[in-house]
Amino acid sequence: MSVTVKIPTQLRAATGGQAELEVEGSTVGEVLDAVFDAHGGLRDRITQDGDLRRFVNVYVSGEDIRFQQGLETSINDGDEVTILPAVAGGC
Amino acid sequence: MSVESLKCKECGTAYELDARYVCENCFGPLEVAYDFSGLDAAEAKRRIQAGSQGIWRYRDFLPFKGRASDPLEPGLTPLLRADRLAERLGVAAEIWIKNDAANPTHSFKDRVVAVAVAKAKELGFETVACASTGNLANAVAAHAAAAGLDSYVFVPANLEEQKLLATGVYGTNLVGVRGNYDDVNRLCTQLAETHPWAFVNVNLRPYYAEGSKTLAYETVEQLGWELPDRVVSPIASGSLFTKLGRGFQEWLDLGLVEGEQPTFNGAQAQGCSPVATAFAEGWDVCKPQRPETIAKSLAIGDPADGPYAVEHARRTGGGVDAVSDQEIREGIKLLAETTGIFTETAGGVTVGVLRKLAERGEIGDGERVVVYITGEGLKTLDATRDTFQMHEIDPALESFEAEFPQEVAV
Repeated sequence: MSVTVKIPTQLRAATGGQAELEVEGSTVGEVLDAVFDAHGGLRDRITQDGDLRRFVNVYVSGEDIRFQQGLETSINDGDEVTILPAVAGGC
Repeated sequence: MSVESLKCKECGTAYELDARYVCENCFGPLEVAYDFSGLDAAEAKRRIQAGSQGIWRYRDFLPFKGRASDPLEPGLTPLLRADRLAERLGVAAEIWIKNDAANPTHSFKDRVVAVAVAKAKELGFETVACASTGNLANAVAAHAAAAGLDSYVFVPANLEEQKLLATGVYGTNLVGVRGNYDDVNRLCTQLAETHPWAFVNVNLRPYYAEGSKTLAYETVEQLGWELPDRVVSPIASGSLFTKLGRGFQEWLDLGLVEGEQPTFNGAQAQGCSPVATAFAEGWDVCKPQRPETIAKSLAIGDPADGPYAVEHARRTGGGVDAVSDQEIREGIKLLAETTGIFTETAGGVTVGVLRKLAERGEIGDGERVVVYITGEGLKTLDATRDTFQMHEIDPALESFEAEFPQEVAV
Protein backbone atom coordinates (compact mmCIF):
# COMPACT_ATOMS: atom_id res chain seq x y z
CA MET A 1 0.00 0.00 0.00
CA SER A 2 1.43 3.37 -0.96
CA VAL A 3 1.43 5.98 1.77
CA THR A 4 2.60 9.58 2.21
CA VAL A 5 4.90 10.27 5.15
CA LYS A 6 5.27 13.87 6.34
CA ILE A 7 8.70 14.78 7.63
CA PRO A 8 9.07 17.67 10.14
CA THR A 9 11.53 20.45 9.34
CA GLN A 10 13.91 19.29 12.07
CA LEU A 11 14.51 16.01 10.19
CA ARG A 12 14.71 17.28 6.64
CA ALA A 13 18.48 17.52 6.69
CA ALA A 14 18.38 13.71 6.67
CA THR A 15 15.98 13.53 3.70
CA GLY A 16 17.83 15.96 1.48
CA GLY A 17 15.23 18.62 2.23
CA GLN A 18 12.20 16.52 1.25
CA ALA A 19 9.08 17.30 3.30
CA GLU A 20 7.07 14.31 2.05
CA LEU A 21 8.05 10.79 1.16
CA GLU A 22 6.05 8.16 -0.71
CA VAL A 23 6.69 4.63 0.57
CA GLU A 24 5.02 1.21 0.77
CA GLY A 25 3.84 -0.59 3.90
CA SER A 26 0.80 -2.03 5.63
CA THR A 27 1.68 -1.09 9.22
CA VAL A 28 3.35 1.97 10.76
CA GLY A 29 6.42 -0.17 11.53
CA GLU A 30 6.72 -1.27 7.89
CA VAL A 31 6.23 2.28 6.68
CA LEU A 32 8.98 3.57 8.96
CA ASP A 33 11.31 0.75 7.89
CA ALA A 34 10.74 1.77 4.28
CA VAL A 35 11.53 5.38 5.21
CA PHE A 36 14.76 4.27 6.93
CA ASP A 37 15.73 2.17 3.89
CA ALA A 38 15.46 5.28 1.74
CA HIS A 39 17.09 7.65 4.25
CA GLY A 40 19.35 5.75 6.64
CA GLY A 41 20.13 8.84 8.73
CA LEU A 42 16.60 8.93 10.07
CA ARG A 43 16.62 5.60 11.89
CA ASP A 44 18.67 6.67 14.92
CA ARG A 45 16.94 10.01 15.14
CA ILE A 46 13.47 8.53 15.40
CA THR A 47 14.09 5.17 17.05
CA GLN A 48 16.21 3.73 19.83
CA ASP A 49 16.59 -0.03 20.38
CA GLY A 50 13.82 -0.69 17.85
CA ASP A 51 11.25 1.51 19.55
CA LEU A 52 10.20 5.10 18.94
CA ARG A 53 12.24 7.61 20.93
CA ARG A 54 10.27 9.09 23.80
CA PHE A 55 9.95 12.55 22.28
CA VAL A 56 8.67 11.43 18.87
CA ASN A 57 4.98 11.40 18.04
CA VAL A 58 3.59 9.53 15.04
CA TYR A 59 0.07 10.06 13.73
CA VAL A 60 -1.92 8.10 11.16
CA SER A 61 -4.34 10.51 9.51
CA GLY A 62 -4.28 12.76 12.57
CA GLU A 63 -4.62 10.00 15.19
CA ASP A 64 -1.75 9.35 17.64
CA ILE A 65 -0.59 5.74 17.15
CA ARG A 66 -0.31 5.30 20.93
CA PHE A 67 -4.12 5.37 20.99
CA GLN A 68 -4.01 2.56 18.42
CA GLN A 69 -1.63 -0.39 18.12
CA GLY A 70 1.64 1.56 18.16
CA LEU A 71 4.04 0.42 15.45
CA GLU A 72 1.58 -2.40 14.63
CA THR A 73 -1.13 0.11 13.68
CA SER A 74 -2.39 -0.84 10.24
CA ILE A 75 -2.38 1.55 7.32
CA ASN A 76 -5.31 1.97 4.97
CA ASP A 77 -5.18 3.24 1.44
CA GLY A 78 -4.96 7.04 1.41
CA ASP A 79 -3.73 7.32 5.00
CA GLU A 80 -1.10 9.90 5.77
CA VAL A 81 1.63 9.25 8.33
CA THR A 82 2.90 12.36 10.16
CA ILE A 83 6.00 12.47 12.33
CA LEU A 84 6.15 15.37 14.80
CA PRO A 85 8.21 16.40 17.81
CA ALA A 86 6.45 15.60 21.10
CA VAL A 87 7.97 18.43 23.07
CA ALA A 88 5.64 21.21 21.97
CA GLY A 89 2.96 22.87 23.98
CA GLY A 90 1.82 23.00 27.51
CA CYS A 91 2.16 24.94 30.62
CA MET B 1 27.84 35.37 33.41
CA SER B 2 25.29 35.16 30.65
CA VAL B 3 22.92 33.13 28.59
CA GLU B 4 25.02 30.85 26.44
CA SER B 5 23.12 28.52 24.11
CA LEU B 6 20.22 26.15 23.67
CA LYS B 7 21.12 22.65 24.75
CA CYS B 8 19.35 19.33 24.24
CA LYS B 9 18.19 17.89 27.55
CA GLU B 10 18.63 14.37 26.22
CA CYS B 11 21.90 14.33 24.29
CA GLY B 12 23.52 17.68 25.12
CA THR B 13 23.87 18.99 21.54
CA ALA B 14 24.18 22.80 21.61
CA TYR B 15 22.41 25.25 19.29
CA GLU B 16 22.34 28.99 18.66
CA LEU B 17 19.89 31.08 20.69
CA ASP B 18 17.22 31.35 17.99
CA ALA B 19 13.62 30.19 17.56
CA ARG B 20 13.94 26.42 17.85
CA TYR B 21 12.85 23.84 20.38
CA VAL B 22 13.75 20.36 19.17
CA CYS B 23 17.11 18.63 18.91
CA GLU B 24 17.80 17.60 15.32
CA ASN B 25 19.78 14.58 16.48
CA CYS B 26 17.44 12.91 18.92
CA PHE B 27 14.23 14.99 18.95
CA GLY B 28 14.78 15.81 22.62
CA PRO B 29 13.63 19.16 24.05
CA LEU B 30 16.03 22.10 24.06
CA GLU B 31 16.69 24.08 27.20
CA VAL B 32 18.49 27.37 27.77
CA ALA B 33 22.04 26.96 29.07
CA TYR B 34 23.79 29.73 31.05
CA ASP B 35 27.33 30.44 32.04
CA PHE B 36 27.11 31.52 35.65
CA SER B 37 30.85 31.40 36.27
CA GLY B 38 31.96 34.54 38.03
CA LEU B 39 28.56 35.12 39.61
CA ASP B 40 28.93 36.39 43.14
CA ALA B 41 25.97 35.30 45.28
CA ALA B 42 25.95 38.37 47.53
CA GLU B 43 26.17 40.72 44.57
CA ALA B 44 23.43 38.79 42.72
CA LYS B 45 21.15 39.15 45.75
CA ARG B 46 21.77 42.88 45.87
CA ARG B 47 20.95 43.22 42.18
CA ILE B 48 17.72 41.32 42.69
CA GLN B 49 16.67 43.42 45.66
CA ALA B 50 17.43 46.64 43.80
CA GLY B 51 15.48 45.41 40.78
CA SER B 52 11.95 45.94 39.56
CA GLN B 53 8.83 44.85 41.46
CA GLY B 54 8.23 41.86 39.22
CA ILE B 55 9.97 39.08 37.32
CA TRP B 56 12.58 41.31 35.68
CA ARG B 57 14.31 41.59 39.05
CA TYR B 58 15.58 38.08 38.17
CA ARG B 59 16.97 39.17 34.79
CA ASP B 60 20.37 37.63 35.53
CA PHE B 61 18.66 34.23 35.43
CA LEU B 62 16.51 34.79 32.35
CA PRO B 63 17.49 34.15 28.71
CA PHE B 64 18.36 37.65 27.52
CA LYS B 65 21.63 39.24 26.59
CA GLY B 66 20.25 42.76 26.59
CA ARG B 67 17.69 44.47 28.75
CA ALA B 68 14.36 42.73 28.31
CA SER B 69 11.24 44.52 29.35
CA ASP B 70 7.51 44.20 29.23
CA PRO B 71 4.89 46.86 29.87
CA LEU B 72 2.72 44.29 31.63
CA GLU B 73 5.28 43.00 34.10
CA PRO B 74 4.02 40.02 36.13
CA GLY B 75 5.41 38.57 39.34
CA LEU B 76 5.98 39.28 43.02
CA THR B 77 2.60 37.80 43.77
CA PRO B 78 1.62 37.27 47.43
CA LEU B 79 2.92 34.34 49.47
CA LEU B 80 0.45 33.93 52.31
CA ARG B 81 0.63 31.85 55.46
CA ALA B 82 -2.52 29.69 55.63
CA ASP B 83 -2.86 28.60 59.25
CA ARG B 84 -6.61 28.09 59.05
CA LEU B 85 -6.15 25.78 56.08
CA ALA B 86 -3.53 23.80 58.03
CA GLU B 87 -5.95 23.56 60.94
CA ARG B 88 -8.78 22.26 58.72
CA LEU B 89 -6.39 19.71 57.26
CA GLY B 90 -5.33 18.65 60.76
CA VAL B 91 -1.62 19.13 60.15
CA ALA B 92 0.95 20.80 62.38
CA ALA B 93 2.79 22.20 59.38
CA GLU B 94 3.40 25.68 58.00
CA ILE B 95 1.23 25.91 54.89
CA TRP B 96 1.94 28.78 52.52
CA ILE B 97 -0.15 29.73 49.50
CA LYS B 98 1.63 31.30 46.54
CA ASN B 99 -1.28 33.11 44.95
CA ASP B 100 -0.25 33.46 41.33
CA ALA B 101 -3.75 34.44 40.28
CA ALA B 102 -2.53 37.92 41.31
CA ASN B 103 -0.86 38.49 37.94
CA PRO B 104 -1.99 40.84 35.13
CA THR B 105 -4.21 38.25 33.42
CA HIS B 106 -4.84 36.28 36.61
CA SER B 107 -2.68 33.20 36.12
CA PHE B 108 0.98 32.16 36.28
CA LYS B 109 1.03 32.19 32.48
CA ASP B 110 1.89 35.88 32.55
CA ARG B 111 5.37 34.87 33.69
CA VAL B 112 6.14 32.57 30.77
CA VAL B 113 4.44 34.81 28.23
CA ALA B 114 6.29 37.94 29.40
CA VAL B 115 9.57 36.12 28.77
CA ALA B 116 8.42 34.65 25.43
CA VAL B 117 7.04 37.94 24.09
CA ALA B 118 10.20 39.82 25.09
CA LYS B 119 12.20 37.12 23.30
CA ALA B 120 9.94 37.31 20.24
CA LYS B 121 10.62 41.05 20.04
CA GLU B 122 14.36 40.51 20.46
CA LEU B 123 14.34 37.94 17.63
CA GLY B 124 12.38 40.31 15.38
CA PHE B 125 9.01 38.53 15.19
CA GLU B 126 5.92 40.60 14.43
CA THR B 127 3.33 37.98 15.31
CA VAL B 128 3.06 35.80 18.39
CA ALA B 129 0.84 32.74 18.73
CA CYS B 130 0.07 29.86 21.07
CA ALA B 131 -1.79 26.60 21.62
CA SER B 132 -3.70 27.07 24.83
CA THR B 133 -6.08 25.55 27.34
CA GLY B 134 -7.24 29.08 28.22
CA ASN B 135 -4.96 30.86 30.66
CA LEU B 136 -2.16 31.03 28.13
CA ALA B 137 -4.62 32.43 25.59
CA ASN B 138 -5.51 35.28 27.97
CA ALA B 139 -1.86 36.04 28.61
CA VAL B 140 -0.67 35.90 24.99
CA ALA B 141 -3.52 38.12 23.79
CA ALA B 142 -2.87 40.67 26.55
CA HIS B 143 0.93 40.80 26.34
CA ALA B 144 0.80 40.98 22.52
CA ALA B 145 -1.61 43.90 22.80
CA ALA B 146 0.66 45.64 25.32
CA ALA B 147 3.73 45.06 23.16
CA GLY B 148 2.02 46.08 19.91
CA LEU B 149 2.42 42.69 18.24
CA ASP B 150 -0.19 40.78 16.23
CA SER B 151 -1.38 37.53 17.76
CA TYR B 152 -3.10 34.26 16.91
CA VAL B 153 -4.47 32.25 19.78
CA PHE B 154 -5.57 28.63 19.25
CA VAL B 155 -7.81 26.95 21.84
CA PRO B 156 -10.19 23.98 22.00
CA ALA B 157 -13.52 25.40 20.81
CA ASN B 158 -15.37 24.04 23.87
CA LEU B 159 -13.36 26.10 26.36
CA GLU B 160 -14.99 27.85 29.36
CA GLU B 161 -16.81 30.98 28.18
CA GLN B 162 -14.98 33.16 30.72
CA LYS B 163 -11.62 32.21 29.22
CA LEU B 164 -12.84 32.91 25.68
CA LEU B 165 -14.18 36.34 26.69
CA ALA B 166 -11.01 37.19 28.60
CA THR B 167 -9.02 36.46 25.44
CA GLY B 168 -11.12 38.02 22.70
CA VAL B 169 -11.33 41.35 24.50
CA TYR B 170 -7.68 42.10 23.71
CA GLY B 171 -8.33 42.12 19.97
CA THR B 172 -6.44 38.94 19.13
CA ASN B 173 -7.27 36.46 16.36
CA LEU B 174 -9.04 33.90 18.53
CA VAL B 175 -9.26 30.51 16.84
CA GLY B 176 -11.46 27.79 18.39
CA VAL B 177 -10.34 24.39 17.11
CA ARG B 178 -12.90 21.58 17.02
CA GLY B 179 -10.87 19.09 19.06
CA ASN B 180 -9.09 18.73 22.40
CA TYR B 181 -5.89 20.47 23.50
CA ASP B 182 -3.67 17.77 22.04
CA ASP B 183 -5.34 18.29 18.64
CA VAL B 184 -4.77 22.05 18.97
CA ASN B 185 -1.16 21.42 19.88
CA ARG B 186 -0.55 19.15 16.90
CA LEU B 187 -2.05 21.75 14.58
CA CYS B 188 0.15 24.48 16.07
CA THR B 189 3.27 22.31 15.76
CA GLN B 190 2.47 22.05 12.04
CA LEU B 191 1.62 25.75 11.69
CA ALA B 192 4.90 26.68 13.37
CA GLU B 193 6.71 24.99 10.46
CA THR B 194 5.00 27.04 7.79
CA HIS B 195 4.34 30.43 9.39
CA PRO B 196 6.91 33.03 10.46
CA TRP B 197 5.31 33.35 13.87
CA ALA B 198 6.64 33.10 17.38
CA PHE B 199 4.58 30.30 18.90
CA VAL B 200 5.33 30.92 22.55
CA ASN B 201 4.97 27.27 23.55
CA VAL B 202 6.27 25.69 20.36
CA ASN B 203 9.27 27.33 18.69
CA LEU B 204 9.93 29.69 21.62
CA ARG B 205 9.23 27.02 24.21
CA PRO B 206 12.77 26.86 25.67
CA TYR B 207 12.61 30.59 26.54
CA TYR B 208 8.96 30.58 27.54
CA ALA B 209 9.49 27.76 30.03
CA GLU B 210 12.27 29.73 31.74
CA GLY B 211 9.64 32.19 32.97
CA SER B 212 8.35 29.58 35.41
CA LYS B 213 11.65 29.61 37.31
CA THR B 214 10.70 33.03 38.66
CA LEU B 215 8.04 31.33 40.81
CA ALA B 216 10.80 29.38 42.56
CA TYR B 217 13.00 32.46 42.97
CA GLU B 218 10.14 34.46 44.46
CA THR B 219 9.30 31.68 46.88
CA VAL B 220 12.86 31.65 48.18
CA GLU B 221 13.03 35.42 48.44
CA GLN B 222 9.63 35.70 50.16
CA LEU B 223 10.59 33.00 52.67
CA GLY B 224 13.56 35.15 53.70
CA TRP B 225 16.07 33.40 51.39
CA GLU B 226 15.11 29.95 52.55
CA LEU B 227 13.70 26.91 50.79
CA PRO B 228 10.40 25.21 51.53
CA ASP B 229 10.53 21.57 52.67
CA ARG B 230 7.79 20.56 50.25
CA VAL B 231 5.98 22.05 47.28
CA VAL B 232 2.62 21.07 45.84
CA SER B 233 2.15 22.13 42.24
CA PRO B 234 -0.29 21.30 39.47
CA ILE B 235 0.96 19.34 36.45
CA ALA B 236 -0.38 19.83 32.93
CA SER B 237 2.57 19.47 30.54
CA GLY B 238 4.95 19.17 33.50
CA SER B 239 6.91 22.27 32.50
CA LEU B 240 6.02 24.41 35.55
CA PHE B 241 6.77 21.49 37.88
CA THR B 242 10.22 20.83 36.43
CA LYS B 243 11.14 24.51 36.12
CA LEU B 244 10.31 25.10 39.79
CA GLY B 245 12.87 22.40 40.47
CA ARG B 246 15.37 24.00 38.14
CA GLY B 247 14.88 27.43 39.72
CA PHE B 248 15.59 26.07 43.21
CA GLN B 249 18.56 24.07 41.92
CA GLU B 250 20.20 27.05 40.20
CA TRP B 251 20.13 29.07 43.39
CA LEU B 252 21.36 26.12 45.44
CA ASP B 253 24.26 25.60 43.02
CA LEU B 254 25.13 29.29 43.01
CA GLY B 255 24.91 29.68 46.77
CA LEU B 256 21.99 32.14 46.81
CA VAL B 257 20.21 29.75 49.14
CA GLU B 258 21.32 26.82 51.29
CA GLY B 259 19.67 23.49 51.96
CA GLU B 260 18.29 20.91 49.62
CA GLN B 261 15.72 20.52 46.86
CA PRO B 262 12.20 20.42 48.41
CA THR B 263 10.03 17.31 48.15
CA PHE B 264 7.91 17.74 45.01
CA ASN B 265 4.26 16.68 44.94
CA GLY B 266 2.48 17.00 41.61
CA ALA B 267 -1.27 17.36 41.20
CA GLN B 268 -3.43 16.12 38.34
CA ALA B 269 -7.12 15.53 37.73
CA GLN B 270 -8.18 11.89 37.52
CA GLY B 271 -9.82 12.66 34.20
CA CYS B 272 -6.43 13.58 32.75
CA SER B 273 -3.65 11.94 34.72
CA PRO B 274 -0.95 10.65 32.35
CA VAL B 275 1.84 11.84 34.67
CA ALA B 276 0.24 10.48 37.87
CA THR B 277 -0.31 7.17 36.08
CA ALA B 278 3.30 6.99 34.86
CA PHE B 279 4.49 7.75 38.41
CA ALA B 280 2.25 5.07 39.94
CA GLU B 281 3.21 2.47 37.34
CA GLY B 282 6.93 3.17 37.49
CA TRP B 283 7.11 4.13 33.79
CA ASP B 284 9.64 6.59 32.39
CA VAL B 285 7.30 7.68 29.59
CA CYS B 286 3.71 8.93 29.81
CA LYS B 287 1.02 7.07 27.94
CA PRO B 288 -1.29 9.69 26.43
CA GLN B 289 -4.90 9.96 27.58
CA ARG B 290 -8.06 11.56 26.24
CA PRO B 291 -8.93 14.22 28.83
CA GLU B 292 -12.33 14.22 30.52
CA THR B 293 -12.21 16.61 33.47
CA ILE B 294 -13.54 19.94 34.68
CA ALA B 295 -9.92 21.04 35.17
CA LYS B 296 -9.56 22.14 31.56
CA SER B 297 -6.43 24.18 32.16
CA LEU B 298 -4.68 20.93 33.11
CA ALA B 299 -6.27 18.84 30.35
CA ILE B 300 -3.15 17.89 28.42
CA GLY B 301 -3.34 14.21 27.56
CA ASP B 302 0.12 14.07 26.00
CA PRO B 303 2.36 16.06 28.36
CA ALA B 304 5.62 17.19 26.76
CA ASP B 305 7.59 17.36 30.01
CA GLY B 306 5.79 14.44 31.64
CA PRO B 307 8.85 12.18 31.79
CA TYR B 308 10.93 14.89 33.49
CA ALA B 309 8.15 15.63 35.97
CA VAL B 310 8.00 11.94 36.93
CA GLU B 311 11.79 11.88 37.34
CA HIS B 312 11.80 15.00 39.51
CA ALA B 313 9.02 13.72 41.78
CA ARG B 314 10.94 10.47 42.26
CA ARG B 315 14.30 12.12 42.79
CA THR B 316 12.95 14.39 45.55
CA GLY B 317 11.03 11.65 47.36
CA GLY B 318 7.70 13.15 46.37
CA GLY B 319 4.95 11.88 44.12
CA VAL B 320 2.20 12.68 41.67
CA ASP B 321 -1.43 12.24 42.74
CA ALA B 322 -4.77 12.65 41.01
CA VAL B 323 -8.13 13.81 42.36
CA SER B 324 -11.71 13.47 41.14
CA ASP B 325 -13.90 16.30 39.82
CA GLN B 326 -15.78 16.26 43.14
CA GLU B 327 -12.52 16.58 45.07
CA ILE B 328 -11.57 19.49 42.78
CA ARG B 329 -14.79 21.35 43.68
CA GLU B 330 -14.17 20.64 47.36
CA GLY B 331 -10.60 21.87 47.02
CA ILE B 332 -11.77 25.20 45.55
CA LYS B 333 -14.22 25.63 48.43
CA LEU B 334 -11.73 24.60 51.11
CA LEU B 335 -9.19 27.17 49.91
CA ALA B 336 -11.81 29.90 49.61
CA GLU B 337 -13.27 29.23 53.07
CA THR B 338 -9.92 29.15 54.86
CA THR B 339 -7.84 31.75 53.00
CA GLY B 340 -10.19 34.06 51.12
CA ILE B 341 -8.60 33.03 47.83
CA PHE B 342 -10.93 31.95 45.02
CA THR B 343 -9.05 29.71 42.64
CA GLU B 344 -9.93 28.04 39.36
CA THR B 345 -10.23 24.29 38.87
CA ALA B 346 -6.44 23.82 38.60
CA GLY B 347 -6.12 25.27 42.12
CA GLY B 348 -8.87 22.90 43.23
CA VAL B 349 -6.74 20.04 41.91
CA THR B 350 -3.70 21.29 43.83
CA VAL B 351 -5.57 21.80 47.11
CA GLY B 352 -7.28 18.42 46.60
CA VAL B 353 -3.89 16.74 46.42
CA LEU B 354 -2.65 18.70 49.45
CA ARG B 355 -5.65 17.34 51.34
CA LYS B 356 -4.82 13.81 50.19
CA LEU B 357 -1.25 14.13 51.43
CA ALA B 358 -2.55 15.40 54.78
CA GLU B 359 -5.02 12.51 55.06
CA ARG B 360 -2.29 10.01 54.30
CA GLY B 361 -0.11 11.53 57.03
CA GLU B 362 2.64 12.48 54.58
CA ILE B 363 2.99 16.06 55.79
CA GLY B 364 5.28 16.08 58.80
CA ASP B 365 5.00 18.28 61.89
CA GLY B 366 6.75 21.60 61.41
CA GLU B 367 7.19 21.08 57.67
CA ARG B 368 7.10 24.18 55.53
CA VAL B 369 4.84 23.53 52.54
CA VAL B 370 4.32 25.90 49.61
CA VAL B 371 1.19 25.36 47.54
CA TYR B 372 1.12 26.91 44.06
CA ILE B 373 -2.23 28.42 43.14
CA THR B 374 -1.86 29.16 39.45
CA GLY B 375 -5.18 30.65 38.39
CA GLU B 376 -8.31 32.63 39.23
CA GLY B 377 -11.73 31.28 40.21
CA LEU B 378 -13.65 33.79 38.13
CA LYS B 379 -12.39 32.03 34.99
CA THR B 380 -14.08 28.71 35.82
CA LEU B 381 -17.36 29.77 37.39
CA ASP B 382 -19.20 26.59 36.38
CA ALA B 383 -17.17 24.63 38.91
CA THR B 384 -18.68 26.55 41.82
CA ARG B 385 -22.23 26.74 40.49
CA ASP B 386 -24.72 24.95 42.78
CA THR B 387 -22.18 24.45 45.58
CA PHE B 388 -24.08 26.85 47.88
CA GLN B 389 -27.47 28.45 48.20
CA MET B 390 -28.49 32.09 48.15
CA HIS B 391 -31.18 33.22 50.62
CA GLU B 392 -33.73 35.28 48.68
CA ILE B 393 -35.97 37.57 50.76
CA ASP B 394 -38.26 40.59 50.47
CA PRO B 395 -36.81 43.97 51.47
CA ALA B 396 -38.47 43.79 54.91
CA LEU B 397 -37.18 43.01 58.39
CA GLU B 398 -39.80 40.29 58.92
CA SER B 399 -38.73 38.59 55.76
CA PHE B 400 -35.09 38.52 56.90
CA GLU B 401 -36.04 37.28 60.37
CA ALA B 402 -38.24 34.58 58.94
CA GLU B 403 -35.32 33.36 56.86
CA PHE B 404 -32.83 33.62 59.75
CA PRO B 405 -34.84 32.96 62.94
CA GLN B 406 -31.63 32.52 64.94
CA GLU B 407 -30.69 36.13 64.11
CA VAL B 408 -33.90 37.81 65.38
CA ALA B 409 -32.96 41.06 67.14
CA VAL B 410 -33.64 41.23 70.88
